[in-house]
Amino acid sequence: MRVCRGVPTWGGRPRVVPCLPSIRRRPLRRTPWLLILALVVLVGAPTAACAQGLTLSVAISMKEAVEKIGRRFVQSRSGVRLHYNFGGSGELQKQIEAGAPVDVFVSAADRQMDDLEHKGLIVPGSRRTFARNALLVVVPTDSRLAITGPADLTQPHVQRMAIGNPKTVPAGQYAEESLRTLGLWDALRSKFVFGENVRQVLEYVARGEVEAGFVYATDPATRKGLVKEAFRPPQSSYTPVAYPVAVVAGSQQADLGRAFIELLLSRQGQDALARLGFLPPADSR
Amino acid sequence: MSPESLSALGLSVRVAAVATLLNAVVGIPLAYLLARKTFRARWLVDLLVTLPLVLPPTVTGYYLIVLLGRRGWLGAPLYQLTGWSVTFTWYAAVIAAAVMALPLLVHTARAAIESVDRDLERAAFTLGHSEWRTAIEVTLPLARNGVLAGLVLAFARALGEFGATLMLAGNIPGRTTTVPLAIYTAVQTGETSEALVLVAALTMVSCVVIFLAGRLGTRAT
Repeated sequence: MRVCRGVPTWGGRPRVVPCLPSIRRRPLRRTPWLLILALVVLVGAPTAACAQGLTLSVAISMKEAVEKIGRRFVQSRSGVRLHYNFGGSGELQKQIEAGAPVDVFVSAADRQMDDLEHKGLIVPGSRRTFARNALLVVVPTDSRLAITGPADLTQPHVQRMAIGNPKTVPAGQYAEESLRTLGLWDALRSKFVFGENVRQVLEYVARGEVEAGFVYATDPATRKGLVKEAFRPPQSSYTPVAYPVAVVAGSQQADLGRAFIELLLSRQGQDALARLGFLPPADSR
Repeated sequence: MSPESLSALGLSVRVAAVATLLNAVVGIPLAYLLARKTFRARWLVDLLVTLPLVLPPTVTGYYLIVLLGRRGWLGAPLYQLTGWSVTFTWYAAVIAAAVMALPLLVHTARAAIESVDRDLERAAFTLGHSEWRTAIEVTLPLARNGVLAGLVLAFARALGEFGATLMLAGNIPGRTTTVPLAIYTAVQTGETSEALVLVAALTMVSCVVIFLAGRLGTRAT
């Protein structure tokens, strides 16, 4: 190995350093500073821009509705920016438990919100239920299978069906509950393909990879023309699908978060939700 | 270790082994072609083989869905003929892992083959060996360590495949949930101890693989 003596290093002190062939020396010394500069610019920029930002972790079935209401929210507040984090409610819950910097959590089931509440991770008294939904079984539009009720899912032509992963996805938990109540869970078990959120289930059906899938009544509108309704599982077979929302404990924007929740419950917010097919909350808490 | 983790581990090893075998069958001839042959579509073959190394695994996964999905270019005719589709089966996990691991084998093996002294091959030709026999009896044995190192790396890559596997094979416990997917699910659902066991298992296997590849590398020089 060749060794150069007295080459000024980045720290300024002369040191004994191994060196590459001489033509490479000059650019090598400069690049670290350029890199550091680029990093500072890249990392610094977004933190400076989101001074008045509200981060919302939202159950993905609420994506379009919350985005729509969010646009109205920022219209009346200049300088406020919303950052969305969409996913399965269980996944979002775990992120909050792990300390994700989230201000508002919108869940597709009470279970995940209850967990956070027991752990003291939501602001007491900020929790409200703002919408309801229903389960729906969809099939690809070009499906020729006669699926008109839960029992039809057991026919051999239905090789695979998608549900949300019951470990983390509320739509999957409701689907499991419904199928267990109907006594079909064990018979169908080998057909399941798990989606990491309800929209992935919808996508599997839209792509024709599965013969049927359990989604919410409001989901098919996002994949128009690719999926069609097969049937609605009986309402009595599963816990009513309710959407709770709350301000996450430790939020720096708790007032802004409460204002967003107010907007969800306001006439404006409820109208927007109704237009997308969501049902009003049975009783507001 | 829970039964699910154990089955994930078993499945991972099986998937990686079959993917590596598939890679040996496809990748070694490809490496030889790229190292020793000039042909018109060479740049294209080189590009296609290398792309999975550079592209995000999810992009590769997307292409695989477009190709092999039930409505894909190859998947649709296959489904119409047989009523069977590769998606959400463990074969899908094998295909995803094989595609992702192929560049590692091809690049390593190609470099090894290129470093074989051409005079030795020419000598074999003058002794009446066909090119086929020369490749099998002279070139590949001389490049053996490089090729083996490539296979070891391909196995390691296949073992750790996540993105493309998730997209093509899904995450079905007991059927397509390999160790990386099981770790993902375990962390998502807060089963930290389960995740830890699997992380440790995968780290151990990876260390062995690096050690093996390193030993093959030093013996090659």
